[in-house]
Amino acid sequence: MHGVSFAYGHTPLVLRDVDLEVQRGEFVAIAGPNGGGKTTLVRLVVGLEQPTSGRIELLVRKVGYLPQRAQAGIDAPVTVRELVNTGRASRTRLLGPLSGTDRNAVREAIDRVALTSQADRRLSTLSGGQQQRAFIAKALAAEPELLVLDEPTTGVDVEAQDTIAALLERLRGELGMTILYVSHEFGAVERFVERIVLVRGGIVFDGPPSALPDVWHDPSHAHA
Amino acid sequence: MPMLDLEFMRLAFGAGIVVGLLAPAVGFFLVQRRLSLVGDGIGHVAFAGVALGYLLNLPLVLTALVVSVTGGLSIEWIRSRRRTAGDQALALIFYTGIAGGVVLVSAAGALNVNLFQFLFGSILTVTRGDLAVIAALGACALAAIALLYRPLVAVVVDEEGARVAGLPVSALNALTVALAAVTIALSMRIVGILLIAALMVLPVIAASRIAWSMRSTILLGMGIGLGSVLAGITIAYYADLPPGGTTVLVAAAVVLAAEVWSAVRG
Ligand SMILES: Nc1ncnc2c1ncn2[C@@H]1O[C@H](COP(=O)(O)OP(=O)(O)O)[C@@H](O)[C@H]1O
Ligand SMILES: [Mg+2]
Repeated sequence: MHGVSFAYGHTPLVLRDVDLEVQRGEFVAIAGPNGGGKTTLVRLVVGLEQPTSGRIELLVRKVGYLPQRAQAGIDAPVTVRELVNTGRASRTRLLGPLSGTDRNAVREAIDRVALTSQADRRLSTLSGGQQQRAFIAKALAAEPELLVLDEPTTGVDVEAQDTIAALLERLRGELGMTILYVSHEFGAVERFVERIVLVRGGIVFDGPPSALPDVWHDPSHAHA
Repeated sequence: MPMLDLEFMRLAFGAGIVVGLLAPAVGFFLVQRRLSLVGDGIGHVAFAGVALGYLLNLPLVLTALVVSVTGGLSIEWIRSRRRTAGDQALALIFYTGIAGGVVLVSAAGALNVNLFQFLFGSILTVTRGDLAVIAALGACALAAIALLYRPLVAVVVDEEGARVAGLPVSALNALTVALAAVTIALSMRIVGILLIAALMVLPVIAASRIAWSMRSTILLGMGIGLGSVLAGITIAYYADLPPGGTTVLVAAAVVLAAEVWSAVRG
């Protein structure tokens, strides 16, 4: 991203003059207070919003995206496997049923998030953490080079947060995936990422967690 | 069954089979995307199409088809462009449709005779030509749903994820609404425009209480829709009632039974 600014309609700028460059295989945490613009930033990255000014260059083609509160919108009677099937859309043809290759990729994605024994259960019967893992499997089914997760651990208990964190660390290690991980709290991410980008109307910090100034450890009190 | 000796009953059942299967299959996608109201709205617009057919002396199924598809696509266009004003835009189109329909129908001098049939359905009015149109378009609509099942489901579970995956989401949304409009125009004779939205929604609600997956919800919904229409037409024949009313009451009873069943099961 080079000099990207963004506003929703005719409102004031939500993001001002953002420069961000992410290398292949990097695990980047995007942190900052609520309303700071984290979601907006990743929506720009995945192409759901267009910058008001500046430009965005994406050198990967396959992107897996987990929207914020994805599971909240679901009251459809969908099973884990049916959900993950839909993640295959970008890799397969538009019409007709999935091929054998596609079904294998789906099975593998479900296996990676350790939901194989729940694969044919309705999503609504699973715990919050399991539902989030199902959505991560949906993103993985596209065999993405870049994985973008917007607050995947909101409303999930601490144990499940650790499970998800370990899962992502493994994905990066085994598949060399680039990961953008959005969170408004540091606790869960600080332990396993090498780079934190702090967003508050723009990028106010970009570096390793150890270099993070103490005042920003509680992002709700961050001063730009 | 003696009622099947009658030509008009065979035509009614023929149309009923298509409508009973199609309405829940399309309705499923409206319900999951919380667009049930759009089905109702298109029904209002279809009424103007019927009236136009009377006035111009054209086949009513065809004028209803053209007007409701146009109306449905306009609704979807407004909805997708101006999210916040969606409600008002829908209201404008609904009421313009029904008011325009009443004015056109009475201008055509058909206000008393045929209005009731189109509002609540009739087992007497399906012609051979109607049945041919209903069967052909109904088969096309069901085939479209079967072929595009995966992308349609992808939009239902995560519209933005589908956009990021590069699916033609706007086209799929337009298709969903167009299918709803076609379903409504085809169902008008049997179920009536005031009740057609119920046949799209109620079997899906009943099925989702019982089903164990997305696919089973659709198939079960289609089964419930079919059963409701066949039972509704039969009751309408013996009790001399409008089939739209009897069909929707049967479907509503199935919803109640499904609620009780899922509550008992826990
Ligand atoms: N669709 C939208 N329309 C208008 N303003 C929005 C929209 N989405 C977010 N905003 C505003 O943009 C700012 C940043 O929001 P967001 O990117 O969601 O922040 P975060 O994800 O860090 O909580 C907030 O002030 C929010 O009110
Ligand atoms: Mg956010």
